[in-house]
Amino acid sequence: MSVPALHLRDVRKNFGATEIIRGVTLDIEAGERHALIGPNGAGKTTLFNLISGRFGLTSGEIRLDDTRLDTLPPHRINRLGLSRSFQITSIFHRLSVFENLRCALLWSRGYRYSFWHTLARQPRLNDAAERVLEEINLANRRDVQAGLLSYAEQRALEIGMTIAGGATAILLDEPTAGMSNTETEYAIALIRRVTEGKTLLMVEHDMRVVFDLADTITVLVYGRVIASGPPAAIRADRAVQEAYLGAAAA
Amino acid sequence: MSSTAAPELAISAPSRRGRLRAACPWIATLLVALVLPWLFRDYAHGRDNGFMTAMFSQMGMMVIFALSYNMLMGEAGLLSFCHAVFFGFGGYCVAHFLNAATVVAPLELLPLAGGICGGALALVFGAMATKQRTMAFAMITFGIGELAVTAAIMFKHFFGGESGITTDRQNAWSLFGVNYAHGLQVYYLIIAWTLIAGLGMYYLRGTPLGRMANACRDNYERAQFVGYDPRMVRFLQFALSGVFAGIAGGLYCITYEIVTYDAVNAPLSGNALLMAYIGGVGSFAGPIIGAILITALQSGLSLISNSWLVYVGMLFIAMVTFAPTGITGILGAHAPIVRAGRLGALTIPYLRLLLPCLAVLLGFVFLVEMLSFATIGAAEGKTLNLFGIVPDVYTPTPWLATLAGTAIAIAWLRLEARRFFVVWDALMTGLAPATMR
Repeated sequence: MSVPALHLRDVRKNFGATEIIRGVTLDIEAGERHALIGPNGAGKTTLFNLISGRFGLTSGEIRLDDTRLDTLPPHRINRLGLSRSFQITSIFHRLSVFENLRCALLWSRGYRYSFWHTLARQPRLNDAAERVLEEINLANRRDVQAGLLSYAEQRALEIGMTIAGGATAILLDEPTAGMSNTETEYAIALIRRVTEGKTLLMVEHDMRVVFDLADTITVLVYGRVIASGPPAAIRADRAVQEAYLGAAAA
Repeated sequence: MSSTAAPELAISAPSRRGRLRAACPWIATLLVALVLPWLFRDYAHGRDNGFMTAMFSQMGMMVIFALSYNMLMGEAGLLSFCHAVFFGFGGYCVAHFLNAATVVAPLELLPLAGGICGGALALVFGAMATKQRTMAFAMITFGIGELAVTAAIMFKHFFGGESGITTDRQNAWSLFGVNYAHGLQVYYLIIAWTLIAGLGMYYLRGTPLGRMANACRDNYERAQFVGYDPRMVRFLQFALSGVFAGIAGGLYCITYEIVTYDAVNAPLSGNALLMAYIGGVGSFAGPIIGAILITALQSGLSLISNSWLVYVGMLFIAMVTFAPTGITGILGAHAPIVRAGRLGALTIPYLRLLLPCLAVLLGFVFLVEMLSFATIGAAEGKTLNLFGIVPDVYTPTPWLATLAGTAIAIAWLRLEARRFFVVWDALMTGLAPATMR
C-alpha cells in the first residue's frame, strides 16, 4: 500500500465576488500528519471541500500524487483513496451502526452497484466491518440506529466510516469539536491508531490536539497560508502569534 | 414515533430457527392466498365467486405494483408520480405479444416480458428523472407521467388511442397445458408471480445496491464520500423498480385482456403512493398491506357508496396527518410493549378509543352520504337509507343533528385520545430502560 502525497498549487475559490481561498499552495508529504489551523472564517473547511471534490475550484490545481483531483466528482476522488469526515456529523442516520460501516466498505471491496450479492452472506466484508466496529469501540452499539447514538459516539462512527474503506489519504474536519476532555483524549488516541502510516490532513481548533498529533502545522488566515512548518517553529512564529494564536500562545 | 422506528434487523445472519419464525407470517399469508377463492365458492352451483376472485387477482397485481413503488419511495426516498407508466407499458407490450402472429413465450412467462419492457422504458425515463433527487425528481416524474398519457392517446398505432388495445390471453400457449379460460386459473398465475416478484424485491433489499439506496436516501453526500455515485444508485434502483411494475402490468393485461391509457395514467401512479403510504413505507410488509386494503376498499366500498373515493381520500389524509409511518409503523410501535408482555394494559384504553372513533366515522359518513344524495343521488331517483335511517335531506333537522353529533363525537375523541396517550407514554417510559439499548 503506497501512501500518497497531496499537492495544492495556487488554489483559489470565489463565492460570487467574495474570494474565500486566495491562492493556497501546500504540500502534504506521504505519511505526514498535517494540521490546518486558523481563525473562524479562514477557509479551512472550504479548502477541505475543494480537496474532496464537494466544490469546484475557481482556479489552481490539486493533485494526489500525479492524479488531478480538481476535475473529478467526489465519488471518483474517494475511489482514488482519499476519504474525509465532516465537521457536522454526516452518517446514514436511519441505518444501524454496523450498516453504516458496511456501506463505507462496499465500494473498496469491489461490490460496486451489485444487486446480486447477498450482504448477509459476505463473510469477509462483514468481518471487516466488525473489525472497524471494534476499532472505534462501538461493538456494544452494533445494531443501534446511528441517528440515536450520542454525539461522541456519532463522531467516532464518522471517523470509522472515513477510514473503513482503507483510504490512504484522510481528511478530518474538526474531529473533536464539541467533545468533553475525556472524549477528546479518546478521540486523539483513536485517530492516532487508525491513521497510522497514512497521510492525514486535519482541521482542528483544539491546540492540545494539534500539537499532540501533528508533524506539520499550516496556518490559514483569510484564505492565505501565513506559515507552515513543524509545531515548534509555528509556536515561535511571530506572524502566527499576532494573527491567530494571540494570547493563547503567550 | 416516526423517526425512532426500530432499526432494520436482518443485519446479521439470524439463526435458522429465528429465520423460520420470521418466515411464518409470510408462509401463512401465502397459504391463505391459495385457499381464499375456495372460501367464497358457491358449492351449491359449483361456481366460483367471480367478484371475489377478480378482487383477489387485482390485489395480487397491486401488491407487486405497491412493492415496486416502495423500492423508490421507502427504500430510496424518491417520490415518483409516474410509476404507472412502467406498469402500463408492460401491459401494452404484453397485449402486443399476445396479438402477434406467433406468441413468443408461453402465457406463464409473458409477465416477465412485460417486466423487461417496463424496465427498458424505466432505463430511458430514469436517465432523465434520476439526474435529480427530492422535489426536482418528483416534478420530472410528474412530467413523464403527463407525457406518457399524451403519448398513449396520440400514438394510436401502438397504444390504440382512447379505446386502448384489446387482446385474448388464450392466443398464447401454456407451459402446463392450462387454457386460462377461468378467472381462478389466472388468479393462481398471479399468485405465483406475486410470490416470485415479492421474493425478488425482498432479495434486492439485502444487496449492495439495495443498501446503498437506503444510504443515499439518508445522506446522499456521505454516500459520495464512500465511493458511490448517488445518481447511479437512483438510476439502477429506478430501472429495477420499473421491471417489477412491468410484471404487474403484464398480469393486468392478462387478467383484463384490455389495456387503455388508464393503465399509464396519473391516478394509478397516485394509487401506488396511496397503497405504499397507508400500509407503511418503512417496512416490506407495509405496501403489501396497503395494496390489499386499498383494493378491498375500491372494490367493496364502491359497491356500497358512490362516494367511496371520498373515504379513501380521507383515509389517506388521516394517515398522513396522524400516522405517517402507516399501518405497519403503528403496529411496529407496539413491538416493545408486546415484547414486555404489557399489551394487556392497552386493551381498555383502545376500547375506550374505539367508541368515539366509530361515532366520528358515523357522523362523517352521514354528512358525505347526505351531501352526495342531495346533489346527485336524488336526481337519479334513488332513496337514501343510512343504517335503517331514511333522512329527509331537504329539511334542516338531519343536517343539524348530524353536525351536532359529529362535533360532540370529535370532542369526545380528542378527550379519549389525550387519555390514551397518557397511558401510552407512561407505558413507554416504564419500558425505556430495557429497550433503549
